[in-house]
Amino acid sequence: MDPLFIPSIIALGGMGLLFGAGLAFAAKKFAVEVDPRVAQIIEILPGANCGSCGRPGCSAYAEAVSSGALPPNRCTPGGKNVAERISSILGLVGVEMEEPKVAVVQCQGGKNEAVEKYLYEGIHDCNAAVLIGGGLKGCQYGCLGLGSCVKACPFDAMYMNDNGLPVVIEDKCTACGICVSTCPRGIMRLISRNQNVFLGCVSQEKLKAVKSVCTVGCFACKICVTPKVTPSEAIVMEGNLPVIKDIQNSELYEAVKKCPAGSYVIREKSKIPVEPEQV
Amino acid sequence: MGFLKSKSFSGGIHPPDSKKGTDQKAIEKCPLPPFVVIPVQQHIGAPSKPIVQKGDQVLSGQPVTESGGFVSVPSHASISGTVTAVEMRPHPLGAPVLSIVIESDGQDNRVPDIAYQDDYLNLDKKEMLARVQSAGLAGLGGATFPTHVKLSPPPDKTIEILIINGVECEPYLTSDHRLMLEQAEKIVSGMQLLVKILGVKKAYIGIEKNKPDAIRIMQGLIAKSGLPYAVVPLHVKYPQGAEKQLIKAITGRTVPAGRLPMDVGCVVQNVGTAAAVYDAIAFRQPLIERVVTVTGKGVKETKNVLTRIGTPFSYLFEFCGGLAEDTGKIIMGGPMMGLAQSSLEAPVIKGTSGLLVLNEHDSRRFKESVCISCARCIDVCPMGLLPKMLGAYVKAEYFDAAKKHNILDCIECGSCAYVCPAHINLVHLIKYGKSQVIKSMKKAG
Ligand code: SF4
Ligand code: SF4
Ligand code: SF4
Repeated sequence: MDPLFIPSIIALGGMGLLFGAGLAFAAKKFAVEVDPRVAQIIEILPGANCGSCGRPGCSAYAEAVSSGALPPNRCTPGGKNVAERISSILGLVGVEMEEPKVAVVQCQGGKNEAVEKYLYEGIHDCNAAVLIGGGLKGCQYGCLGLGSCVKACPFDAMYMNDNGLPVVIEDKCTACGICVSTCPRGIMRLISRNQNVFLGCVSQEKLKAVKSVCTVGCFACKICVTPKVTPSEAIVMEGNLPVIKDIQNSELYEAVKKCPAGSYVIREKSKIPVEPEQV
Repeated sequence: MGFLKSKSFSGGIHPPDSKKGTDQKAIEKCPLPPFVVIPVQQHIGAPSKPIVQKGDQVLSGQPVTESGGFVSVPSHASISGTVTAVEMRPHPLGAPVLSIVIESDGQDNRVPDIAYQDDYLNLDKKEMLARVQSAGLAGLGGATFPTHVKLSPPPDKTIEILIINGVECEPYLTSDHRLMLEQAEKIVSGMQLLVKILGVKKAYIGIEKNKPDAIRIMQGLIAKSGLPYAVVPLHVKYPQGAEKQLIKAITGRTVPAGRLPMDVGCVVQNVGTAAAVYDAIAFRQPLIERVVTVTGKGVKETKNVLTRIGTPFSYLFEFCGGLAEDTGKIIMGGPMMGLAQSSLEAPVIKGTSGLLVLNEHDSRRFKESVCISCARCIDVCPMGLLPKMLGAYVKAEYFDAAKKHNILDCIECGSCAYVCPAHINLVHLIKYGKSQVIKSMKKAG
């Protein structure tokens, strides 16, 4: 070996030792106390970072729960199971889960039903399209069909069908609500998994204004709120839209039958609440 | 000024001006339409509120809506007749808007209080502003910001300079040009009133050098009147007529990012607005008509038309000989910043400076490819932004980064998209990015 290397090796080795010692000292001196429970909770959380708890991600939520800033039942994807496990770590009792929910698409005006008012060639995103003349659909309330909700869903629980409308795969939907906050039209909504019938339209217009742009839009004929159809007032009119007040009333099926526009939708899988699988 | 010395700003583009079709055509009066549609929203700010009902008889010039706040102006019946509906109607800005539909009685009976007042120059400032607001004036250049608001700066801002915008840098449009040729006296009288209201010492009128006849007429008139105003001939470049670029070219002052012209002591008004201010104050004449350039290869006879506000586009096109077979796209405003239309039933509103009809060939779209980093967009951006970066950030949904790179300063002039050899939809991307940035700022409070 060239003797010239020896001093270099010593110098570099010495520097390595020195910095190592410095770092070790810094690690001890400036160590941040971490609540071990935070790490445990992060383990339990689904890791989807969906934000439905109101924090930017799972670890932020874990911190918030362990410090007591948020209750343990805010993780919608995690559901009851996660809430219970967090509670046991934190020694909490009596944590109630909210009613299980699911996302629904409140518009049925796809390519076949709804009129488009212009040819859109811009960015493939609903929030971008809505800036161009108020959106491409003749109905200013209807689904724009560019699938921003589908893109945003962190659980792959949505897809666009051939008719240009989003569909929710109920088994996968965790009701995180991201699609709801993404849609510029307010088409997506979370409803109770116990509600089997909902209104597939959000148009505030009536009569001709609806009929001229969509064949399945609610045009506010008010048939579904007449005593003949819903004698116990399970549905009431609010403005130009009927609103379901009693979500499990059997009269709702009568409304589905009697609605001349076919605006009511029966949920595709009307089944008992599912526990989301553990991640 | 003996020779035409020109001033300008940095950046900008030189699209073909395409004004030859109409710049030598005198303004023609469009016959009264059979009905008009008056939307409650024709300005930036709070929508106005309807004050008439179906069945009411109205006179031409009668207010049919009242302002919905300070940043709002009323609208007036532009013909006399019967209100046949107050309902949602197509609107040139996109989504349908609540509108008052008036069927003409063919008489055009005017409200009696529209009359010339000799001593209008002696009115006090408050009365002048009140007349401007009640006449429903909102920037006629196209931005439609309520005029009285621009003329009432907060007390901590001192306004030193009034700039009248006669640039008309958008290709195809000639309505302001014709107005300067045919109604120069009105514009100068309007300037005189604006100077009084603002209490400024200096007033300029900026005109691009491609309108030498307008420059000559305005200069001659100002010299004759002995008023201390100046005509500033400007370099022909787009977007010379954008507020901040115009201020830079005329005064050398730079409006800082996120600020308004009044922050550098300037107020800019369009020539059409100046003329309307004169009408509003001297005659109490509400804004019920305006000059619209109907142009482009898709129209049989291109014209500068004086038409009533609320005239449906279809009626205006009929007056211009109809649309060509191969009509591809109809744009309200110019080709750079105008808005493509989806309905011919939309009405002329206060900001409709022109209707441009492109044929199929001219409205074809090019396929977008990837950015080749040529930086042409950066060279031309008059706001000194990096459109290429903004576009890329928005595509990747890095809205925070886009905000840091001042996406909110973009004036949506379209210069970047015009020069981009990769045909990237830069303006749409930026528009989308801006909306997302504003959304997240609102969320954060
Ligand atoms: S539901 Fe909303 S986000 Fe989803 S495709 Fe329709 S408009 Fe777009
Ligand atoms: S980034 Fe905005 S201001 Fe700059 S050239 Fe493009 S559209 Fe114009
Ligand atoms: S002009 Fe187009 S291709 Fe050139 S740098 Fe800008 S975005 Fe890229």
